[in-house]
Amino acid sequence: MSARGKLWWWLGGLAIVLYCLFPVAWIVSLSLKAPSDLDNGSFLPSAVTWQNYQLILTGSASELFLPALRNSVGICLIATAIAVVLASLCAYAVARLDFPGKAFVLGLSLAVSMFPVISIVTPLFNIWRSIGLYDTWAGLVIPYLSITLPLSIWTLTAFFREIPWEMEQAAQVDGATTAQAFRKVIVPLAGPGVATTAIIAFFLAWNDFVYGISLTSTEAARPVPAALAFFTGASQFEEPTGAISAAAVIVTIPVVILVLLFQRQIVAGLTQGAVKG
Amino acid sequence: MAAITLSHVVKKYGDGYPAVNDVSLDIEDGEFVILVGPSGCGKSTLLRMVVGLEDITDGEIAIDGDVVNEKAPRDRKLAMVFQNYALYPHLSVFENIAFPLRLEKGRFSDEEIRERVERAADTLELREHLDRKPANLSGGQRQRVAMGRAIVRDARAFLFDEPLSNLDAKLRGQMRTEISRMQRRLGTTTLYVTHDQTEAMTLGDRVAVLKKGVLQQAASPRALYEQPVNLFVAGFIGSPPMNFLPGEVDGDTLRLPLADVPLSPELRERIGDRGLVIVGLRPEHLEDVDTFDEGGREGGVTFEADVDVVEWLGADLYAYVPFETHEEVAQTLEELDRDLDGEGMRTQLVAALGAESRVRDGDVAELWFDPARLMVFDPETGENLTYDEEAARRADEESVEERRRATERAQRRAARAEERAAGTGDHASAGGGRHTAA
Repeated sequence: MSARGKLWWWLGGLAIVLYCLFPVAWIVSLSLKAPSDLDNGSFLPSAVTWQNYQLILTGSASELFLPALRNSVGICLIATAIAVVLASLCAYAVARLDFPGKAFVLGLSLAVSMFPVISIVTPLFNIWRSIGLYDTWAGLVIPYLSITLPLSIWTLTAFFREIPWEMEQAAQVDGATTAQAFRKVIVPLAGPGVATTAIIAFFLAWNDFVYGISLTSTEAARPVPAALAFFTGASQFEEPTGAISAAAVIVTIPVVILVLLFQRQIVAGLTQGAVKG
Repeated sequence: MAAITLSHVVKKYGDGYPAVNDVSLDIEDGEFVILVGPSGCGKSTLLRMVVGLEDITDGEIAIDGDVVNEKAPRDRKLAMVFQNYALYPHLSVFENIAFPLRLEKGRFSDEEIRERVERAADTLELREHLDRKPANLSGGQRQRVAMGRAIVRDARAFLFDEPLSNLDAKLRGQMRTEISRMQRRLGTTTLYVTHDQTEAMTLGDRVAVLKKGVLQQAASPRALYEQPVNLFVAGFIGSPPMNFLPGEVDGDTLRLPLADVPLSPELRERIGDRGLVIVGLRPEHLEDVDTFDEGGREGGVTFEADVDVVEWLGADLYAYVPFETHEEVAQTLEELDRDLDGEGMRTQLVAALGAESRVRDGDVAELWFDPARLMVFDPETGENLTYDEEAARRADEESVEERRRATERAQRRAARAEERAAGTGDHASAGGGRHTAA
C-alpha cells in the first residue's frame, strides 16, 4: 500500500475511534464533575471529584444503586446461562441433524427476536401481576430469554456448522463414545463460539431498559438501567446527572472487562487448519 | 489384522435410490483392496458402511467372521484416514496421534503412549513436528499426521477415503509410495477409496470397480487392464482411456471407421450373429509405422489416419484422430462417457505413440496395431466378448503371489531395521528424553 493510502486508513480509523469513544469520554468526564460544575461549559471538569461515585456506592443513592447492580448481574447471568444451554442443544440439532421443521425453528426464533418489545410489555405486566411473577427475578429472566435465545440459537448454529462433521466421526472411529466425542472434540472446538454467544446474550440482557422499568417496582428485582431513572439529586434543585454518569461508567466496566478477557477467543478461528487449506 | 467380508450389501437413502447395490466382496487378511469408480458410484458410502458411519440397509458386513452391522464404530476397531484428514485443531500433533490410545482408558501408561506415538512419528518423519498444531502444518504433513493416528494403535484394518486427493501432484506420488511401503511392512488389511485410477492400479492387490453402486469387477490391476469384463471397466481403467470404435461385421472382416480387420475364427464365433459390435483398442497398442525398424512387423493391421492434434509429453506422444462414429452405437458410447464423468465431446481415436515418432499436427500418419489386442464388446449389454476367464484368473494368482513376496520382503527389511535400531537403543531413548524436555 502506498504511504498516501496508509495515511487515509489511519485518518479514517482515527475518525471512527473518536466517533465511538467521544460519548464514553463525555460520560466519564461528567461523572467526575461536581454538581455545581456540570454547567461549567467545558468538556473537562474544573476539578476532578469522586463524590458522584461516593454517592452511588456508599452515599444516599447506594440504596438504589447497589441492589440494582446485584439484580442486574444476577438476572443477566441466569438468563445468559439458560439461553446458552438451551440454544446449544437447539443449535447442535439444527446444525447436525436433518429433521422436518428445521427451517421453521430458525424462522420462528428470528420472528420472535423481531417482535417489538414494547408491544409485549403491557400484556406481560398484567399476566405477571396476576400470577405473581411481577417484581421478581424470574419475572425478568423469562422475558430476557425471549431476547437472548433467538440470537444465541442463530449465532451458535453458525458456529456449529463451522465445525466439520468429520471431527466427530473421526473421534468415533478412533474409539470414542458419542459422549466422549462431544466432550473431547466438539466442546473444545465450540468453546470460542459458545463464549462469544454468551457475551452477546449477556450484553443484550444487560442493556435492557423497557422490561426492567415495566416489570419491576422495588429493589427486589429492579435492574441498573431502570434504577438510573429513579436517581434524584441531593435536592430537587440539583440535577442527578453526575450520579447517573457515574453509575453508567460502573455498569460499562464489566462489559469492557468481558470483551478484553475474551477477545482472543472471540476473534480466534480455532477450527482453522482442521481441514484442508 | 482381519479379513473383511461384504455380502449383498445394500445402502438405500430416503428417496429409495440405492447408493450401494448388492455388493459382495471378500477382503483377505493383509490384502490391499481399492474401491474405485467415478464420482457418485457409492465407493465412499461403502467404506463408511464398513467403518460404521453409515447404516447398512440390507446385507451383511463381517470382520473376521463377526457380523458388525449393528456395532458402533468404536467397537469395530478399524482405523480410518479421512479425505480432509479431520485432525483435531485444538490438539498438538502428539496429542492428535495419541488420541486413540488415550481413549482406551487404562490400557496404556503415559510412558507407553509416548513410546508408541514417537515410533509412529518416526515412521512418518513427523518427529520434529510433534509439538505443533495442525493449523501450522503443510498439507502433506497433515496427511501424515492423519496416517499416524491410524497406525498408532493396533487397528484390525486401515480404511482410507481418498486420502491423497487434497495434495498436489508431486506430493501425491510420494505419499502413494509411502502408503504402499507402510502397508507392506505392517501387513495390515487395507481398504482404500479413490477415483484416481493411477492410485488404484499402483497400490492395490485387488481393485474393485463400482458403477452407480454396483460392483462391476474385482480383480488384480493386471486382470482389470487386460481382461475387463465390460465396456465400463475397460473405459475406466487405462490412461489415456481405451478407444471405442463401432465395428461392422461383414463376413470374416470387421469394418472399423479407420481400418478393416480380419476376424479370427475364434473371434468370429464369439461375436456370433451380431452385425454391429463396439471395438476397444488401447491407445498404447497403436504404433507409428515410421518408427519400426527395417523390415517392419509381421502381421497386424496398418491404416492411414489424419492426425488432428498431437500432444508431446516427453516420454509419450499422443496423436488424436477424429472419426465418424456409427449412429447405432453413438448413444451407447455417449452414455458410457457420461458414466465415466466425461463430457461426451467429439469422437476421436487416441494413439499413444513413442516419443521418437515424427507425427505432427495435420500429418497423415500410418498407424499399426495387432488385431489380437482388440477387445470386442456387445453394443447393448456392454459385455466383453473377448473376455478370457482363464487369463484373468492367472493374472490374479500372480498378483497374490507377488503380494505375498513383497510383504515378506518388507517385513524382513523392517525386522532388520529394528535390530539395528535396538543396537543403538540408548541413543534413541536419549533423543526421546531431549524431545520431551524441549
